[in-house]
Amino acid sequence: MGYKIYREKFADLFHELRASYEIYAPVTKKDKGMYSDTDLITYDKVESFTEIVFDKKTFFSPKEIVFPIRQTLFYFTEDSVLEPTKLEKDIVIFARACDINSFRSLDAIFLQNGPYEDPYYKKLRQRVKFILLPCDGFENCYCACLGTNITDNYSAYVDVRDDAVYCKVKDAYWKGLWSKYGEESEVEPRYVSKNENTFEIPQKINNSIFEHQMWSEYTNRCTGCGRCTVVCPTCTCFTVHDIRYDDNSKYGERRRVWASCQIDGFTEMAGGHGYRHKQGERTRFRVLHKISDFKKRFGFQMCVGCGRCEDACQEYISLKNCIHKISEIMAEEEKV
Amino acid sequence: MIRNPYMPQEAEILKIFQETDINYTFRLKTDLKVKSGQFLEVSIPRIGEAPISVSDFGDGYLDLTIRKVGRVTQALHNLQPGDKFFIRGPYGNGFPIDKLKDRRLIVAAGGTGLAPVKSLINQYYNDSLEIKSLQLLAGFKSPGDILFSSELEKWSKKFPVEITVDRGSENWKGRVGLVTKLVADLDISEVENTMVIVVGPPLMMKFTTQEFVKKKISIGNIYLSFERKMSCGIGKCGHCKIDDTYVCLEGPVFEYSKAIQLLD
Ligand SMILES: Cc1cc2nc3c(=O)[nH]c(=O)nc-3n(C[C@H](O)[C@H](O)[C@H](O)COP(=O)(O)OP(=O)(O)OC[C@H]3O[C@@H](n4cnc5c(N)ncnc54)[C@H](O)[C@@H]3O)c2cc1C
Ligand code: FES
Repeated sequence: MGYKIYREKFADLFHELRASYEIYAPVTKKDKGMYSDTDLITYDKVESFTEIVFDKKTFFSPKEIVFPIRQTLFYFTEDSVLEPTKLEKDIVIFARACDINSFRSLDAIFLQNGPYEDPYYKKLRQRVKFILLPCDGFENCYCACLGTNITDNYSAYVDVRDDAVYCKVKDAYWKGLWSKYGEESEVEPRYVSKNENTFEIPQKINNSIFEHQMWSEYTNRCTGCGRCTVVCPTCTCFTVHDIRYDDNSKYGERRRVWASCQIDGFTEMAGGHGYRHKQGERTRFRVLHKISDFKKRFGFQMCVGCGRCEDACQEYISLKNCIHKISEIMAEEEKV
Repeated sequence: MIRNPYMPQEAEILKIFQETDINYTFRLKTDLKVKSGQFLEVSIPRIGEAPISVSDFGDGYLDLTIRKVGRVTQALHNLQPGDKFFIRGPYGNGFPIDKLKDRRLIVAAGGTGLAPVKSLINQYYNDSLEIKSLQLLAGFKSPGDILFSSELEKWSKKFPVEITVDRGSENWKGRVGLVTKLVADLDISEVENTMVIVVGPPLMMKFTTQEFVKKKISIGNIYLSFERKMSCGIGKCGHCKIDDTYVCLEGPVFEYSKAIQLLD
């Protein structure tokens, strides 16, 4: 069902929504950007509709909402192991199609990979409803090449234009709320149909790529800072650590913390033995996971084409250029 | 409430056996059902968690042979019989017992790599593993690093056991040299009917496997046990991933024909 709702009315609707949900959406953090005097656009909990930034891509992805940077798995007391039990409200996330699609990859790892569901992820994930935002594409994006430019997985769609908000509501539970504030109207989501960057994602990547000299360029350029994995909406690696509290060493926690395959120590084992010491090898590992390994396992691409890894890289390393290069190399091999 | 797979269970230490200066076997009281080649996540609250292979098991107990190398393993070594620590698992696939049936088996182990195969060897020793024959080749850094000495002694009375050390000592009368040399010197009868298990440090596995291939053992008849950094054991943390494979789920034991496809 579609609705047209005037802005002031939508603010009231939002207020009512906020009584039942924690709402996350793109916001501006003044002067917190990557370079001095720039703002950071990122996801955060919002209190009012006017805080939401509708026309910019966020630097960080919404994955933090369901997979916190640091998450307590257990609290330890002297003689017990306790699970965190905090109960919270349901969650609403305002997101574009690519970001909503990125949750498929998170779900695959946390809910499908291996014999067990991850209970910490599931607890947060099952509380999430999406409000889809329209998108006209941004710098470095290539979602249309991956089919992640569209989605069906949303409860409502919200498009803010001039003095009104054009909405489509799919979730039966929400229709009452929307019809209370708006008048019916024909509304269909607006998606990017073609990005500025359009290229083929290679269907098959041969193992010959492992030995290819293309990776040496990344050994020279990549500094191993790990930003690309931090901002990626689909990177889910973590390391588990125990800590003891400073004020009482009998108490402590077992936590998981985001980990990055780009940073030293990711594969390091006792005795100092590790794999992929060169940054080029780590780039290869990351890129092939995003566009090949994951797909072999789950049947769809992990990368959603948001381009955040490129936005965040201080060395201007571009995943889309890298994918493009791999495509060319594979096409070249086909010919021989 | 869904079951929490990260929740560890407390287990009591029944006995501790010193193997070498830094390797101790901990016998735990538990009814956990495990298979040879599987591993557990072992932990001490407030210190941390580490993957450790099951080195042996029986009615109501299992053994872990742990090398003291860092935070968790150090803390484990401070414990006494009667103390408890935490375990969860078992994880991983274990050795392919069905594929070994009625075959000749050669096990090549390097250092602590002997731990994950110990229970398999003991099953054969106790006549509960249906294979035609077993031969063990084990390599250690020095005579002081030899694990399970009394078992090796016992086993050698029943089947061929060859031990070599990288560096000998004054009292060492045995062989000196790498495990690869033991393989090179082998005279393998019934090549097609021979299965091989190689477990040890990465370089040892690489060269030992190549040596077996030179001996015309088919790559489908060789199994390796991988060691990778692991932070969960259940396919979530991503540390053990190689290509589309998770060592903690599909491994740690891989057929060599698959292992050569797993490029780091
Ligand atoms: C499937 C599997 C089975 C295993 N089976 C056994 C077994 O049967 N017995 C056994 O003893 N071990 C086994 N291991 C190895 C064991 O898991 C490690 O020795 C253990 O995790 C070490 O934990 P720790 O906390 O004691 O050491 P840590 O404190 O984590 O580290 C130990 C040492 O390793 C090095 N190191 C570790 N991480 C890093 C890093 N990030 N950067 C730089 N250096 C680093 C350091 O030199 C450090 O001193 C197995 C591992 C796997 C994956
Ligand atoms: S150990 Fe965590 S995914 Fe394998």
